[in-house]
Amino acid sequence: MIEIFGIPSQALFGQLLLGLINGSFYALLSLGLAVIFGLLNIINFTHGAQYMMGAFAAFFLLNYLGLNYWLALIVAPAIVAATGAIIERLFLRHLYHLDHLYGLLLTFGLALIIQGLFRNQFGSSGIPYPIPEALRGGQNLGFMFLPNYRAWVIVLSLTVCIATWFVIERTRLGAYLRAATENPTLVRAFGINVPRMITLTYAFGVGLAALAGVMAAPIYSVNPLMGADLIIVVFAVVVIGGMGSIMGAIVTGFMLGIVEGLTKVFFPEASNTVIFVIMVIVLLIRPAGLFGRTA
Amino acid sequence: MLDPRTALLAVDNLQAWYGESHILHGVTFDVFPGEVVTLLGRNGAGKTTTLKSIMGIVGRRTGSVRFEGDELINKPSNVIARAGIAFCPEERGIFASLNVEENLLLPPQVKPGGLSLERIFDLFPNLKERLGSSQGTKLSGGEQQMLAIARILRTGARLLLLDEPTEGLAPVIIQQIGKTIRLLKEQGFTILLVEQNFRFAQTVADRYYVMEHGKIIDKLLNSEVEANLEKLHDYLGV
Repeated sequence: MIEIFGIPSQALFGQLLLGLINGSFYALLSLGLAVIFGLLNIINFTHGAQYMMGAFAAFFLLNYLGLNYWLALIVAPAIVAATGAIIERLFLRHLYHLDHLYGLLLTFGLALIIQGLFRNQFGSSGIPYPIPEALRGGQNLGFMFLPNYRAWVIVLSLTVCIATWFVIERTRLGAYLRAATENPTLVRAFGINVPRMITLTYAFGVGLAALAGVMAAPIYSVNPLMGADLIIVVFAVVVIGGMGSIMGAIVTGFMLGIVEGLTKVFFPEASNTVIFVIMVIVLLIRPAGLFGRTA
Repeated sequence: MLDPRTALLAVDNLQAWYGESHILHGVTFDVFPGEVVTLLGRNGAGKTTTLKSIMGIVGRRTGSVRFEGDELINKPSNVIARAGIAFCPEERGIFASLNVEENLLLPPQVKPGGLSLERIFDLFPNLKERLGSSQGTKLSGGEQQMLAIARILRTGARLLLLDEPTEGLAPVIIQQIGKTIRLLKEQGFTILLVEQNFRFAQTVADRYYVMEHGKIIDKLLNSEVEANLEKLHDYLGV
């Protein structure tokens, strides 16, 4: 058995992997929040509930329509994104000219309602979702055992994050989005349907949350409150990275997952609080966040 | 082709509000195809609000704005832009999160027949050199103004609304912008210009409307400017 800093390599790499898995979810979720906040100026507290809805959508698709995990990866986020578009049209649209606080309260209320409805229907004990056939088992890397599904989660999350970053920072569509974030009135006066773009952006951010939910279903089981606990950590990640920064959300998400994993190895007592301690320090030293631009 | 005697833009009894404050009190004027028309007036007379109301970016407005015969008063600004009107705002509106090229290519084509990039670089050679540079807002004020005009020439819009394009710029750059406006007019663009500096406006405009307290109070041809200097000084408070 190899030891690193007096820690068996199995334990170290095992926790590092767990950190990367958590980081994959933090990154996907905080990326969605950053995209939404950038254009809509709304802190989407419904994000955790929408992550949970993604997992439930995958569960329903499998059990009622017989659609497997691979189809659920596409269909479930699309369904949840559509509900997001409806929420934007019905509610959020009326709040853009108000303070952030109103959007936060509304989306927080929606999260409570959605979670309450699901808990009423399904209880809170959690429903198992099977790992897809092709991703069962794992690889023995010599220094650690790597479950295939977990490797897949990390790769997929990284791919989706980088693709999103690329679209926003390097394409024509992304240029519209960035310009509309700065000055929606002028972008609209150039002939671009900004209200529709806002609806689609919210739907996309929500879709990312739902995708994370589908990916989480085989790992954590499907539970009406699965998003409620996670989202608090994700908000800390967003605060640390800086609101509205795309790359910041991705990098901070993975980084903090790893920090959390390493803390579990070296100082397990602090592993649940380390992210919040970092958040406090960042807020004191750099209130705009590590990657944030000061307004 | 439109009859040159038919107004390209016909504004009639235009009223506009910012929240509770009533800014335009019945503005009426016409712009004919191929003309350069200037709105003159003091600060706060309602010139910018007139442009913004035509463009559809003022919250509440009544009256009539007809472009090529179509009523636009109740249309949202993205639809108005698609009708073929382009706006260059006073604050220029260059986007900090976009590089120079992205800023230039941002406004989508709304009609066929916009200027090609080559033509635009003929008009604004400096922009070509700055194309690779990072943030649009790192350009000098004059370059930002040229970028703000250049990007709306690509779109195929035939009516350009230019809000104080010379504000805060060095004389040599003001001359270049004047030259550009004359070239655009030769190419058949119709331009509605807002200016405080009528010495500059004189070098480009065919006609003037003078605004005060949200209304048109006078109009004159370029040839009448010299004979009416005193009156104009009085209107503009210079």
